[in-house]
Amino acid sequence: MSELLFEGADWNFSTLQRIHDACETVAHRELGLDTYPNQIEVITAEQMLDAYSSVGMPLFYRHWSFGKHFAYHEASYRKGLMGLAYEIVINSSPCISYLMEENTATMQTLVVAHAAFGHNHFFKNNYLFKQWTDADGILDYLDFARGYVGQCEERYGRLAVEHTLDAAHALMSHGVDRYPGKKKLDFREEEKRAGKRRLYEEGTFNDLWRTVPTGPVKTSAVLNVERRRALLGLPQENLLYFLEKTAPRLAPWQRELLRIVRHIAQYFYPQGQTKVMNEGTATYVHYRIMNRLHQDGRLTDGNFLEFLQSHTNVVFQPEFDDPRFSGFNPYALGFAIMQDIERIVKDPTEEDREWFPDIAGTGDEMAVLRDVWANYRDESFITQFLSPNLIRQLRLFHLHDDPAERAGVLVDAIHDERGYRRIRRELSKQYDVGYIDPNIEVVDVDLAGDRRLMLRHTVVKGAQLAETDTKRVLQNLADLWSYDVSLVEVDAATDKVLKEYVLNPRIQPAAA
Amino acid sequence: MHIIDRRLNPGGKSLENRQRFLRRAKALVQGAVKKTSQDRGIKDVLEGGEVSIPLDGMDEPRFRREGGTRDMVLPGNKKFVEGDILPRSGDGSGRKSAPGQGDSEDAFRFVLSKEEFVNLFLDDLELPDLAKRKFAEAESHALQRAGYATSGSPANISISRTVTRALARRVALRRPRPQAIAELEARLEQESDEEKRAELLAELEALKAKAKRIPFIDPIDIRYRRFETVPKPVAQAVMFCLMDVSGSMSEHMKDLAKRFYMLLYVFLTRRYRHVEIVFIRHTDRAEEVDEQTFFYGPASGGTLVSSALQCMHDIVRSRFRPSDWNIYAAQASDGDNATSDSENVARLLTDNILPVSQFFAYLEVGESGTYSFEMPDSSLWSLYERLRAGGAPLSMRKVRDRSEIFPVFHDLFQRRGTTQERAAS
Repeated sequence: MSELLFEGADWNFSTLQRIHDACETVAHRELGLDTYPNQIEVITAEQMLDAYSSVGMPLFYRHWSFGKHFAYHEASYRKGLMGLAYEIVINSSPCISYLMEENTATMQTLVVAHAAFGHNHFFKNNYLFKQWTDADGILDYLDFARGYVGQCEERYGRLAVEHTLDAAHALMSHGVDRYPGKKKLDFREEEKRAGKRRLYEEGTFNDLWRTVPTGPVKTSAVLNVERRRALLGLPQENLLYFLEKTAPRLAPWQRELLRIVRHIAQYFYPQGQTKVMNEGTATYVHYRIMNRLHQDGRLTDGNFLEFLQSHTNVVFQPEFDDPRFSGFNPYALGFAIMQDIERIVKDPTEEDREWFPDIAGTGDEMAVLRDVWANYRDESFITQFLSPNLIRQLRLFHLHDDPAERAGVLVDAIHDERGYRRIRRELSKQYDVGYIDPNIEVVDVDLAGDRRLMLRHTVVKGAQLAETDTKRVLQNLADLWSYDVSLVEVDAATDKVLKEYVLNPRIQPAAA
Repeated sequence: MHIIDRRLNPGGKSLENRQRFLRRAKALVQGAVKKTSQDRGIKDVLEGGEVSIPLDGMDEPRFRREGGTRDMVLPGNKKFVEGDILPRSGDGSGRKSAPGQGDSEDAFRFVLSKEEFVNLFLDDLELPDLAKRKFAEAESHALQRAGYATSGSPANISISRTVTRALARRVALRRPRPQAIAELEARLEQESDEEKRAELLAELEALKAKAKRIPFIDPIDIRYRRFETVPKPVAQAVMFCLMDVSGSMSEHMKDLAKRFYMLLYVFLTRRYRHVEIVFIRHTDRAEEVDEQTFFYGPASGGTLVSSALQCMHDIVRSRFRPSDWNIYAAQASDGDNATSDSENVARLLTDNILPVSQFFAYLEVGESGTYSFEMPDSSLWSLYERLRAGGAPLSMRKVRDRSEIFPVFHDLFQRRGTTQERAAS
């Protein structure tokens, strides 16, 4: 069992197989990980750039903004401003990991341990991914989406499709359900249903019906406000869903496009909420696996040193006054907290026993970590597991910046007795989607009058929407809605209206 | 576990998206191309290469929050204690992160291929098809081999192709080889046993019959060489850039001229395999110079246009035989010329230059700000006008502003006789 996996930097496909099997043994036997089957794909740098520009997915519908990202990444890569990631991994079953051909054998081992076991386990077990994503169906669904967008382009013109997609992309971050609905998303089922729906619509379409006079319309007075709001499902924070279901003048294919964008946004939603945990998990797992392989004599000291160098780069956290500082490095933060958990479980201090009575000294760090990986997201993870010890180690401090305060920025808490809980709370807020994304919802539609769509932004801590961007997004929204759209910004604390936008659709509805 | 080698998959998956992006960013990229081409030499225009386009012109809007009170947790506290007030500047919190988001990066460089670059450059200029056709007439036609045909004139039979096909057919249908028949005949001679002779005879008969059924050359084997006439671009062209560089020519005027020459160069390179440029600048003396000196070298003195024309004439005579070269000339000037020179200019043009030139354009450049029609006719303009009225094939326009360059170019290169065709149709 103690023969070397490889020597030097070269590898071939049988080396990869050996690497994978060795990692798998450690991951499953020692760490008790539970993973999707793995599929490892070897790609070139150019293909890696391709994958970057389509948000890491192997296939995607065509859109100019992916071209923009490609051009951007390519330019910075060629100039040497940016190194490429060693790997990209896709939350699907089988779990696909892309490895670059330039990597050395050591790097391939690191990447396999990191992606094919760390990320893979996280995707399969974390509750958000279980709830919101369908690993079995995603690739089929993307294939369907690509085909469908292509068909629409043929039938309705590239420009029309582009306009709809642009508008949908602008609303993408407001196209997710934040709370689980009645049932789990099933992409394959969804795709079948969409297909049937289209066939049915095409099969039963009869142009004659268009000419049949409709009966007298119920006056809007009949529907009282409450009832109307209930019927429309208001208030609604999933703007894409609302438009898809109720926008009066959208063509069926446009609704389908909105649905596609919405599903994809939903698919990526858990990734945004678990960046620290996901990268932390993968880093922790690769660190354990690599150490085990080295201890068992399957990696040479030289290879192990090479690994340590990459690992150190990955978990490097510059301090706030370092020119390289650009916020928290999710790899570093996640890895640090998980290592800290391991320490608390195995070798707790008095302070740890007081702060973490449930896990301190229980001894089985993997059981605790597996539970953490399954049941938390970044915000709750930090709230729960950022320890005083780590706060001291990272020398964290909290700044409160009130623009009204002329004198400057207040240091509100530092790494001392009084500060631990406040720092922990504030840091976890930085990862809470409820705080990061502006809270915008559809509150009403003026059905009796001019069908104006009314939105409301609840302003927290005085942060209003950036004006230029907001106007452009609302313009897109108005174009989809086909009637006026208004947005009021209301202060959460005082209920005072701070600002109001009204936009008209660029394409005026034809006079009735 | 599967390992899949995707390296051999076709690359360029992003090509289509890249093209969509280019189409979308066309106006921006065009602006960038225009700006880039101003800073370049005439020949470098065709090189393609990097252009910078502003990223914020292509951003995708999202609902974003800004302002308000902010709370942040940072690592690496050195000396702060709770309650400290930090001055706002340089508190280490205002840095933007990820490039490509927000306004952190205001431009990014985009690499255009040569083809993309020229297309965008010309697209902006909408080089008229009319002009292309006019120049197409200057091309000669040539015959080019275009594969084989089953019919044609006997002179064009391709023997080798026909024989090859016949051989293939004979092999395929198992035509007996002459040697086989000869061998059989020889054995028949020597054979004495009657029964065997009859057998051999029958075999021989069969072979002969088969050889007759399967002819050595069949009409279906015959192939003719096919020829197509293709327009063959005339091999070479020379472009003369004549510029008055006396003190009255400002940088702006030279820039106008440069852009005109650039267009002419791009235009000619698309037409000819080989384009030479000759730069001639003149004051009261003319000299042939390189591009750098031509556009940027200081010079001053009086003005004698005939000197430049004489210089061009000499160069044509010594280096560019009119029968081998297509000669184009564009002259840029602010129009001042010594009155006594007029006779020389007229004589040189009508007797020596115009007869050998494909095209002679005169561009009168002026300071920007006033309209062309407000320019009083200069002495050179009046002279050329007189020559033109007398039937000389001169093209002349006035230009004041950079934006006028293309319309003027378009105008100059309009096909003669278009108007009559239109009227007739």
